[in-house]
Amino acid sequence: MTYVITQSCCNDAECVELCPADSIHPAPGTPEYAMAEQLYIDPSTCIECDACLSVCPVDAIYPGAELPESMRPYLKINADYFVAR
Amino acid sequence: MSGLRVAVVGSGPAGMYAIGHLLAQGPEQVGSVTVLDRLPTPFGLIRAGVAPDHQKTKQVATGFGRLLTDPRVRCHFNVEVGTGITHQQLLDHHHAVIYAVGASGSRTLDIPGEGLPGSAAATEFVAWYNGHPDFARLSFDLSSPRVVIVGSGNVAVDIARVLTMPVDALRTTDIADHALEALERSAVREVVLLARRGPGSAAFSSPELLALAQRRDIDIIVDADLARVPPPDRYADRLKLTLLREVAARSPREGDRRIVFRFLSSPVEIVGDTHVRGVRVRRNALRRGRLVPTDRIDHLDTSLVLRSIGYRGRPIPGLPFDDRAGIVPNDSGRVHPGTYVTGWIKRGPTGVIGTNKHDAAETVAALLDDARSGRLSEPTGEFTRWVAQHGTAAIGRDGWARIDAHERELGARTLRPRIKITSIDRLMDVARGTGLPAVVDRWTT
Repeated sequence: MTYVITQSCCNDAECVELCPADSIHPAPGTPEYAMAEQLYIDPSTCIECDACLSVCPVDAIYPGAELPESMRPYLKINADYFVAR
Repeated sequence: MSGLRVAVVGSGPAGMYAIGHLLAQGPEQVGSVTVLDRLPTPFGLIRAGVAPDHQKTKQVATGFGRLLTDPRVRCHFNVEVGTGITHQQLLDHHHAVIYAVGASGSRTLDIPGEGLPGSAAATEFVAWYNGHPDFARLSFDLSSPRVVIVGSGNVAVDIARVLTMPVDALRTTDIADHALEALERSAVREVVLLARRGPGSAAFSSPELLALAQRRDIDIIVDADLARVPPPDRYADRLKLTLLREVAARSPREGDRRIVFRFLSSPVEIVGDTHVRGVRVRRNALRRGRLVPTDRIDHLDTSLVLRSIGYRGRPIPGLPFDDRAGIVPNDSGRVHPGTYVTGWIKRGPTGVIGTNKHDAAETVAALLDDARSGRLSEPTGEFTRWVAQHGTAAIGRDGWARIDAHERELGARTLRPRIKITSIDRLMDVARGTGLPAVVDRWTT
């Protein structure tokens, strides 16, 4: 099950650089990044490797199976971003 | 070559990310970094802006704190550039100076009554509840049942949430004690947010609305015809509209305080003689995608109006200033070789905390490029010597570590992350270790 970025995301994008599967978007330097409310993980490519989770300064990232109840909506919010693109 | 000596003015996210990029260079490139802040405490809006019930967001300060422990970093807190030291003096003692001073002013509404007691900037209210020493003595009239906030961005939503959530939920945060006491006595039952635009282009972010919506102890009323809004183009706007429809469909609970999002509403006048008594609000309409004023004017009773319509940069003595944009004019962060800006004073008050990391990378790259091309002047003296000779009441890394440890220790007794000290004198006492029981210095032991 994919990893998920939640409410406290600060867009520092440390995770984007570290993600070996290039699953986290939008990336700094793109026009979408400047306007982004948060960053999102693509569930179709996430390999659940922990790289993003370990580097997040605000603990915004969870393995999908361990999402706290209050953060459940972010499962769909992350996935929908890639459908919408 | 012993490496560049760089001064960074301001230790909020913009300044701290710049320091991070500077320290990522080897000591042969960057020899020392002087960090100055006009307050005795670092980290800018992480401490004084981020809402007290968003502690997770404040965790970003942990990494910033680690940067301050680098042996190449020298902290000079409680020093204001422009009064304590001039730009030229700073430049004389460093190869380069980076300003990361943010946007501490606020935009004005320019409507009648804005200057009345009871009308204030949202940023003042935020600084007050977060214990910023310059705002700790302010008081806000929470004696009437309604507060009106002009604006509907994340700052407005933060304030609305703090004013309506049960006070008990704030007792476990680091909200300033004076704010906690005022909120305990508050008569506020309703906070109205005036949003100029329609619900298809709301100013708050969806994570901010979700965080509010998760609080089941606050009723959220959406004053807008959500059924007729055409689907917005941007993902974030569509998501916000979906979330607004979800919260609008909930039934209010008896006894809860409430937040009203009043879309398509612009204030035309703040009413009162010696104090605010109300606001006159004009309805806007959307005609073929364009916002137009209508003839409908409503009156809302209130004794407190907070304008939350954006921050604004302030001029820096000795530097050029673009008064229209509220920024220091710059080219990729370069004001001129040797002088740089980053963060809100560079690009205006946009983006979130991490946006500043990439902004700072660009500024530091411009600085290093100037260094390689020989465009930076050699410093004429040691800054630490200048400080010693001029006897400024600066707080160093150890002083801040004592404040930090002391505040956390006070908080730990009541299960709070910290209890903030809100007076400069008291902060200075703690930093100097005078009149206090010994506290463990977590950074040096």
